Amino acid sequence: MNVKKYIAARAAKELKHGDIVNLGIGIPTLVADNIPSDIKVFLHSENGILGVGPTPEPEHIDQNLVNAGKLPVTVLEGSSFFDSASSFAMIRGGHVSVSILGVLQIDAIGRIANWAVPGKSVLGVGGAMDLLEGSKKVIVTTMHTNNQGESKIVKELTYPITSERIVDLIITDLAVFAVKEDGLHLIELSPGVSLEEVQQKTDAPFQIAESFNKGKEVTA
Amino acid sequence: MSKLITCEEAVKKVKSGSRIMVGGFGLVGSPLSLIATLAQSEVKDLEIISNNLGEPGRGLGVLVRQKQVKKAIGSYFTSNPEVVKAYQDKELEVELLPQGTMSEAIRAGGAGMGGFYTPVSVGTKIAENKEERTLNGKKYVFQEPLKANFALIKAKKADQLGNLIYNKSARNFNPMMATAADVVIAEVDEIVEVGQISPEEIVTPHLFVDYIVVKEGN
Repeated sequence: MNVKKYIAARAAKELKHGDIVNLGIGIPTLVADNIPSDIKVFLHSENGILGVGPTPEPEHIDQNLVNAGKLPVTVLEGSSFFDSASSFAMIRGGHVSVSILGVLQIDAIGRIANWAVPGKSVLGVGGAMDLLEGSKKVIVTTMHTNNQGESKIVKELTYPITSERIVDLIITDLAVFAVKEDGLHLIELSPGVSLEEVQQKTDAPFQIAESFNKGKEVTA
Repeated sequence: MSKLITCEEAVKKVKSGSRIMVGGFGLVGSPLSLIATLAQSEVKDLEIISNNLGEPGRGLGVLVRQKQVKKAIGSYFTSNPEVVKAYQDKELEVELLPQGTMSEAIRAGGAGMGGFYTPVSVGTKIAENKEERTLNGKKYVFQEPLKANFALIKAKKADQLGNLIYNKSARNFNPMMATAADVVIAEVDEIVEVGQISPEEIVTPHLFVDYIVVKEGN
């Protein structure tokens, strides 16, 4: 399994039966194909769909049916379409159970930057700020380090912040952190990853969760 | 009093400097025939309110390439590199709004509201220079409503009165834009007789729609 699929599969394990789930672009999109078969969740897409289904075969692509990444999708039985104001009323109004988002950086208290890069023109935000504001739970899925090998989990954000809202869970290719009032708690290592490697590649300070100390079985 | 006109007749109503809402999430739900006709006209200095500005050389991207757009208000322009370049070359002004704030501002404009307070964007670059207010212990920023001279929208089907229904995720911003402009022009795939769309199905009632054009080509 490649690492991005591993991250997506790990995130999918956090979903509960009946959840309304919004998936961001990138690794989060892969979560759709990894939802455990014993639960049913409803995928919400910001451009106006509740009940997104799998990617269509090429001969069944409908140009009027796309997800937030503008990629072709299908819909499942019981799905609905609605306008953008209604879609964001669902998001902002607290009706989405879980959002799974990609990030550029996460800081030591669990705030994220995922919409703009310093020194570049700030010309796109999409629904990122709305999803952070309104989702009941926010899960971040990301590679632990960026293309330059630098930690994406930093003491302080150097990229523009997306929201003052603190995320709930951070899932990387190396580890899983829960975000609590006193900061980041390491709860899990990925298979074959050592604590030393995570310490070396994480700029922000973190605690080791009690559950981790108890030698909890790594679940993926 | 038929509302049916041609794309050419519709575009003739638009003047240089007009503020125009254009429906669509990317090219999906975008009135591509009206945009193509607008691109053949001489109008310029347009202020466009739309989630994106098309793709390079496609949809609203054609108007950008031809330097017909002076200012854009929307949520996500980075998918068209020519928009980024025009902005850097100072040929294009950009006002960025979170997607939910943008759609609600259009809804508010069409509903006669004077604006609203939203928690989205508090503490970010986007909220700089916006009025902040604490209500019941939570921080909000004030957002003004959005209105326009024209709305160019895309629907699947109209009846002769101008009642509209949309097509799957091509609905997006179109229903709100239909409420928030002085002149609303709907591009549709098909026109049917009054009574052929059930009252329960109609998404945009005809009073919002001034003109209907039928899409050209594919």
